[in-house]
Amino acid sequence: MTDSLTSQKPTNPPAAVETLLAVKNLAKNYGKFEILGDITVDVRAGEFMCIVGPSGAGKTTLLQCLSGLLAPTAGNVALRGVEVTEPPAEMAIVFQDYSRSLMPWLSILDNVVLPLRSSKMSKDEMGNKATAALEEVGLKGHLHKYPWQLSGGMQQRVAIARALAFEPAVVLMDEPFASVDAQTRSDLEDLTLRVKEHLGITIVLVTHDIDEAVYLSDRVLVLGGRPTQVVDLIETNLGGHRDQISTKSTPEFAKLRARVYQEIRSQAAPGQP
Amino acid sequence: MKTLKNLAWELWLPIVLVIIWLVLSAGSSSFYFPPLADIMHDFGKVWFFNGIVQDLLPSLGRILLGFVIALLVGIIGGILLGLLRRIEEALRPVLELLRSTPGVALLPIATLFLGLGQEMKVFMIALACSWPVLLNTIDGVRSVEPVLLQVARSYRLTLWQRIRFIYIPNASPQIFAGGRLALAIATVVMVVTEMIGSPGGVGYFVLSTQRNFDLLGMWTGIIMLGLLGYLLNLAFRLAENRILRWHHLKNA
Repeated sequence: MTDSLTSQKPTNPPAAVETLLAVKNLAKNYGKFEILGDITVDVRAGEFMCIVGPSGAGKTTLLQCLSGLLAPTAGNVALRGVEVTEPPAEMAIVFQDYSRSLMPWLSILDNVVLPLRSSKMSKDEMGNKATAALEEVGLKGHLHKYPWQLSGGMQQRVAIARALAFEPAVVLMDEPFASVDAQTRSDLEDLTLRVKEHLGITIVLVTHDIDEAVYLSDRVLVLGGRPTQVVDLIETNLGGHRDQISTKSTPEFAKLRARVYQEIRSQAAPGQP
Repeated sequence: MKTLKNLAWELWLPIVLVIIWLVLSAGSSSFYFPPLADIMHDFGKVWFFNGIVQDLLPSLGRILLGFVIALLVGIIGGILLGLLRRIEEALRPVLELLRSTPGVALLPIATLFLGLGQEMKVFMIALACSWPVLLNTIDGVRSVEPVLLQVARSYRLTLWQRIRFIYIPNASPQIFAGGRLALAIATVVMVVTEMIGSPGGVGYFVLSTQRNFDLLGMWTGIIMLGLLGYLLNLAFRLAENRILRWHHLKNA
């Protein structure tokens, strides 16, 4: 907290910051449509970065390029210096639509075990890892249910557990809480913060919700323009421990929120919906 | 208690129908439609247990062998063609044409090459049964949710893991629908091939009793075929309920 009061700029010496994911001059066209134009950003190891932007800004496209699911038209993405062309083993993705990203024919436990099958683990080890991940997200009592027997929030927890069990260095999340109710959403946000802290992973999360972006992030990446550019990269300096009520009522939070809001509004061209 | 009630609810109509048949046919002097009581009397004599060993078991064996071959060919072929979209597109018209050709139309040519014995019968059953399984499997493989394929890619699942944990389970409701159709076809083709083939089998029994003017025996054979088809379908349904439990629960 004192940090944010004494200075606006991060005081960390550059050498201490390790870049995990380097995005360089990334551009993506769909035919004649330029979606992303020249995006350069470094994701630091251990940080929580949220990507916000007006709807249609290509946030999901950017995330898909980061993950290697989508090949960029120009530029590249590198994970620890290695160019990403296919989803790397150190990366896990949580998709927006939990109802479609879990296998309806597998139990909760088997859904989480599935990504581990490529490893050389024994059956017991896989089971233990998956159970531990499900425990981490508070679903230990539901191992043998099917996903569609759970509520939406719980299904998204399963998807998060599946990502955690994979033991990635970085988790990419594509609007993961967009289709759950407000209360569940706050719970899942806090769960994500806690898990990130506990496991020391890096998270890149796409959202259209400015409050969510500021609340979760160490840094917020604001996108805008056509084709999409980086508008701003904001260090939040809200400190390690965050709380839905007290953090959101600090003046810093309000200032950050207003800044991001303005930046996004100024990007939406006049006459745009 | 509940299952007993359900069973009673399912059974009352068949029982009533049998009673009506019994009453209407009682004292019938028609050569073609003998009294059901006489047929039932003969049924025991004919089928327990000589008939079962001599005719029913060979028929059952043919159906199962042909059906299993059809399942293997249909599922494996369906997965391959489902995954290889371009090849399937090129083959589709041919497949549709072959499927639309009634399988038994190939009987004359099959008997030329394979004779009248077991090989011809099993071949004909397998051939006719393969189509619904094959085409349904292709559709089932095609209809996988794209997000699941992205999940598979992002978690680096191997091709075999995708087939085993995504494509096959996703296609399984359609595979079972095709399988049930195939099982009905298998019974029909079994009867037809046995009627023109060498001795042995319920189909052969029905035709030969008719030719020997043993109409009572013929009727017992027809009833046996009905029972066989019914029981096969029942067994298939039980297997389906077990394997597709998730699907039935989800859509309940």
